[in-house]
Amino acid sequence: MTATTDRPPPTIDVVGLTKTYQMGDVKVEALRGVTFTIDPGEMVAIMGPSGSGKSTAMNLLGCLDSPTEGSYRLDGEDVEGLSEDALADIRLRKIGFVFQSFNLLPRMTAREQVELPLMYAGARKRRERALEALATVGLADRVDHTPVELSGGQQQRVAMARALVTRPQLLLADEPTGNLDTASADEIMDAIEQLNIERGITTILVTHEMEVALRARRVIRFRDGLVEKDEVMT
Amino acid sequence: MTAVDGLRVAFRALAANKLRTALTLLGMVIGVAAVITLMSIGAGVQTSIEERIRQAGTNLLSVSPGVRDNRFGGFRTRGGGGGVQTLTAQDADAIAEANIPGITSIYASRSFNGSFVSPDGAVQASVQGVNEVYPAVRNAEIGTGSFFSADDVERASRVVVIGDTLATDLFPNGDAVGETVRLNTQPFTIVGVLASDGGSSFQSNDDSAFVPLPTLTSRLNPSKNSAGDDVVSSIVVQLVDESDATVAVVKQSIENLLLSRHDSEEQDFTVGSQADQIETISEVTDTMTLFLGAVAGISLLVGGIGIMNIMLVSVTERTREIGIRKAIGAKRRDIMSQFMIEAVAVSMGGGLAGVLIGVGISLGLNELGAGAEQPTGGGGARGNPFAGGLVTTITAEPIILALVVSVVIGLVFGIYPASRASRLAPIEALRYE
Repeated sequence: MTATTDRPPPTIDVVGLTKTYQMGDVKVEALRGVTFTIDPGEMVAIMGPSGSGKSTAMNLLGCLDSPTEGSYRLDGEDVEGLSEDALADIRLRKIGFVFQSFNLLPRMTAREQVELPLMYAGARKRRERALEALATVGLADRVDHTPVELSGGQQQRVAMARALVTRPQLLLADEPTGNLDTASADEIMDAIEQLNIERGITTILVTHEMEVALRARRVIRFRDGLVEKDEVMT
Repeated sequence: MTAVDGLRVAFRALAANKLRTALTLLGMVIGVAAVITLMSIGAGVQTSIEERIRQAGTNLLSVSPGVRDNRFGGFRTRGGGGGVQTLTAQDADAIAEANIPGITSIYASRSFNGSFVSPDGAVQASVQGVNEVYPAVRNAEIGTGSFFSADDVERASRVVVIGDTLATDLFPNGDAVGETVRLNTQPFTIVGVLASDGGSSFQSNDDSAFVPLPTLTSRLNPSKNSAGDDVVSSIVVQLVDESDATVAVVKQSIENLLLSRHDSEEQDFTVGSQADQIETISEVTDTMTLFLGAVAGISLLVGGIGIMNIMLVSVTERTREIGIRKAIGAKRRDIMSQFMIEAVAVSMGGGLAGVLIGVGISLGLNELGAGAEQPTGGGGARGNPFAGGLVTTITAEPIILALVVSVVIGLVFGIYPASRASRLAPIEALRYE
């Protein structure tokens, strides 16, 4: 496969991605050959019923897991066969995660949570960068609060700041509004959309809600481990 | 991730579970404190015994009957049964008459258990037959009166010099010097009382009595060998100095002289220096110290297992945290070092606290020992280095050893939990509730 155009490579380029889990004696085919590309700056929603393989796809796209078969090029870089530490390095440099359950560490202040990826990256000026990221998500006045002192929406914004602070190319949001009330959900989606538009961060979000999916300009529907429908919204 | 970051992360985790950390720490504290305390007790016993021997003079050679058998660190008798009767008072005289250069004084001695009766008391005590040079050679201090004279030795007079405790027992109301006491029913004149030497320590004279050797061999406790010579249990020779050369030359001369006198095919006596004696005792106390240390070391091991146990619990509890850290980019070694630092911090912290407590206990025992070191009065235990409180000696080795061992324990017992943590698969760890 050769790229002859002067266009930048797609952020995500997956071909024939499959993932098979061994659950005791039973083989579960979570993905059965998925192919798509996502260009830099796109905002894509992934939808599908439970068990359709969308979470598995997100884990593979996020380099948290390796595919059984198929190829995955992230930002032009082939991630196949990379070691666990090399994958960790890619997560650190290129990917930001936002989870449904926030996944903040207990007993740590918002600022410390956001500094964490910078610590693992060995970055300088961590405090300044963390405070800046928190300000971007509108939490400048909550930097010294621990998760238990923050509302769900605020916790999710801390998680977003943590995802952004390393300036990743790719933001993976796995049902980011699933645990939030409507008002908070709107705030989070506004923030994600704004980052996508202003910074051009390629964004993939998994969601059940059509309302959330409509924020994206493209929706990929999964069913039974295959891409059922890939449509650009107008 | 820098080392400072690693320390910060680890200490946060430890601080989050203060009681658990403290209890784990306690295991190490007890182990290390026990090692330090027991080793300092062992070293203290060794030092005090060696001091006693040095006090008695290191420029001495002592001739003992029988042959030293190194395999048992003791004396083996030639021919079975009974006491060894190969050394005689006449041997001592021969050594004295040979004018061996390097010898300043010489005495032969033998002791038996005698019964003393005074108007105010009756006591059993060890009676040693020596000659007039004894106090000078053994640094024995006379309290009142004087030691018996060469003349007394020559004439086998019925005179006796008694230890301080013995004097108090026999004459509780006053000065014993000049009084008459019955020793094995024979009247003896007390010519001197020795100054107390602490009364409770190794090689104390407080409970002993001294008579001229000829008095002992002729009047009190005769013991002759087949040749009709007076058997003695040791001959002590004082040298002009304690240099190895002098010791070696005199030792050789005495051996040659006695070999020709005894006319036996095999050497039937042993010439030993104080240095030899110290060495023998050091071997014993070293073994004892090592044994004590090993016993304490077991508790260190138990402390280490405690660390491993709690680290494994901690890894399981924090599976989700590990998953989050990995998802945002932590590498294996980041997770590994986080848990290793925790384990080593606990073991090293426990080690440091244990050293402080161990040193504290050792110093405390020393204080108690110093208090009990005063004259005890009455018939205290004799020649027992443990009587009258423990004397401890704190040396650097066990402290350094304990600290190093505690760090090693942290590393050894931390490595398995830490590597388990670092190997967790990110998605599974993230899913863990």
